[in-house]
Amino acid sequence: MSATTSLSNDYSESNVAMLKAVFNGGLKLLLAPLAGIGLFLLLWSSAATSINTSLGQFPGPAAVWEQIHSLYQEHREERVKEGAFYERQEKRNAARQAKDPDYVVRIRAYTGKETYLDQIITSLVTVMSGFILAVVIAVPLGITIGLSKTLNSAINPVIQIFKPVSPLAWLPLVTMVVSSVYVSNDQLVAKSLLNSMITVTLCCLWPMVINTSLGVRSVEKDLINVSQVLNLSAFTHIKKIVLPSAIPMIFTGMRLSFGVAWMVLIAAEMLAQNPGLGKFVWDEFQNGSSNSLARIMVAVLTIGLIGFLLDRSMLKLQQWVSWNKTANS
Amino acid sequence: MNAQLEISHIDMVFDTPKGPFTALKGVDLKIAKGEFISLIGHSGCGKSTVLNVVAGLYQASKGGVVLNGREVTAPGPERAVVFQNHSLLPWLTAYQNVELAVDQVFGRRKSKQEKKQWIEHNLELVHMDHALHKRPDEISGGMKQRVGIARALAMQPEILLMDEPFGALDALTRAHMQDTLMEIQQELNNTVIMITHDVDEAVLLSDRIVMMTNGPEATIGEILDIDLERPRDRVQMANDAEYVRLRTEVLKFLYEKQRKVEPLVAKKKKQQEGKKAKVA
Repeated sequence: MSATTSLSNDYSESNVAMLKAVFNGGLKLLLAPLAGIGLFLLLWSSAATSINTSLGQFPGPAAVWEQIHSLYQEHREERVKEGAFYERQEKRNAARQAKDPDYVVRIRAYTGKETYLDQIITSLVTVMSGFILAVVIAVPLGITIGLSKTLNSAINPVIQIFKPVSPLAWLPLVTMVVSSVYVSNDQLVAKSLLNSMITVTLCCLWPMVINTSLGVRSVEKDLINVSQVLNLSAFTHIKKIVLPSAIPMIFTGMRLSFGVAWMVLIAAEMLAQNPGLGKFVWDEFQNGSSNSLARIMVAVLTIGLIGFLLDRSMLKLQQWVSWNKTANS
Repeated sequence: MNAQLEISHIDMVFDTPKGPFTALKGVDLKIAKGEFISLIGHSGCGKSTVLNVVAGLYQASKGGVVLNGREVTAPGPERAVVFQNHSLLPWLTAYQNVELAVDQVFGRRKSKQEKKQWIEHNLELVHMDHALHKRPDEISGGMKQRVGIARALAMQPEILLMDEPFGALDALTRAHMQDTLMEIQQELNNTVIMITHDVDEAVLLSDRIVMMTNGPEATIGEILDIDLERPRDRVQMANDAEYVRLRTEVLKFLYEKQRKVEPLVAKKKKQQEGKKAKVA
């Protein structure tokens, strides 16, 4: 009897020890980042109280938190208004149809101002579509260049010259070209969105082309020999040997350019008055109310958080696509 | 001799920044069907170059390779290569690696079911049927080399070219692999050209040993016929007088006739004499 109790005692003791170890490990794992964030908030709030601008005191964490709430509140109010608008419209249309069966219903879109969440979504859509367009162009181009030395030496000078150009320098050109080329009555996509999207594409293109071609060129010689001995067709060669070898490099290029694209997009939206987070920041700056700085700070934090999440999801995508599951950071 | 493969007066000249470098000069060899040939020689003597020319991966500067009466100039699956470092595609499993070759060589000539059986049969030949669905990074070096051999065999090649297939393996694994290879050779009677550094390996496995002189302008120095009865057993061979004689022949060629490394003492003596001469 006593033996069993001591046994179970031992057991529970070891359990407690294990729990302690887990707790300590978790503490260390969580403690350092939490301490870092806490210290940052402390420094921020103490620095904020001693900076005075013409728009009032520099916003501290509390003011920013308040604005996050108010921005969300505005979003909900706007949605309620929108719902009411469509409801009224439906009733009106139903009434008119009841009076006159031949009446063709016309739905008018709600034209209220974009909320902060709308702006975030616009920015995300812009960066994604620009990025995807770049992938569609850059990956096949990079593979072709990587496979052919002649083509590489032909195209390389062009790439090397355009690579260091800030995409913002392209923006005026893109704007003019889009407004002259893209003329249709029912504009599916707004011109402004197209402008910033193409700017993002131009910014993503070069690093992706360079990294893809580098990845393709660094396929192991032995594997190329295998492909030759097997007489693989060009298509099978690319599918079975080139692409799997080059995927880590292709993704490096993608993540590199995605990060830059997100940064550039904000600037492009500011300059070109395209809807999105950049425009939000610019509008708030022009608005110059006592809340503006805090609202801009909210945007800054949002941009950072989204940029981080985008990079993480690219990493997840890479791990999912790549045969080598050890890709990290 | 009715030659299946004829290596005819091959010269190989490489362009280097320092000017042309003649690696091979007048290499000439006829190989009968079902023969097992070993190429042996010191590092850098151009053994791999000969193999690559036969494989079609290199183009000879002069002369050529004739297989069954037709000149070959490009690589092809009828001359399968087992590479030194296995060269398996790291993103495919053992089965898929062999499958890639089988799909390519047999295409629609075999049904899906036949292909599956053929792939499994070849992996069984090299005793890898227990790890069909493992990727190269999950299996040992010897196992990878086995899969490489299975891939080559699955192409049903006329000639099997092996570039130091067991060079990177430890001695025990290597002995095991040699036994497997002899077993397969007994069964399939392939024509094999194998490069090796290992004298015992060459004598144990070959019908003829082709010994190459040192480069540049390397060529065939001597050819040794190995008339030992098959199947050969490595333990019995160790005491076989003929085996020992043949082994000594190869050693003599490599370390007396084609000695590459001068003993340190002799080297020092020469240097000192040189210095003395300068002083004088």
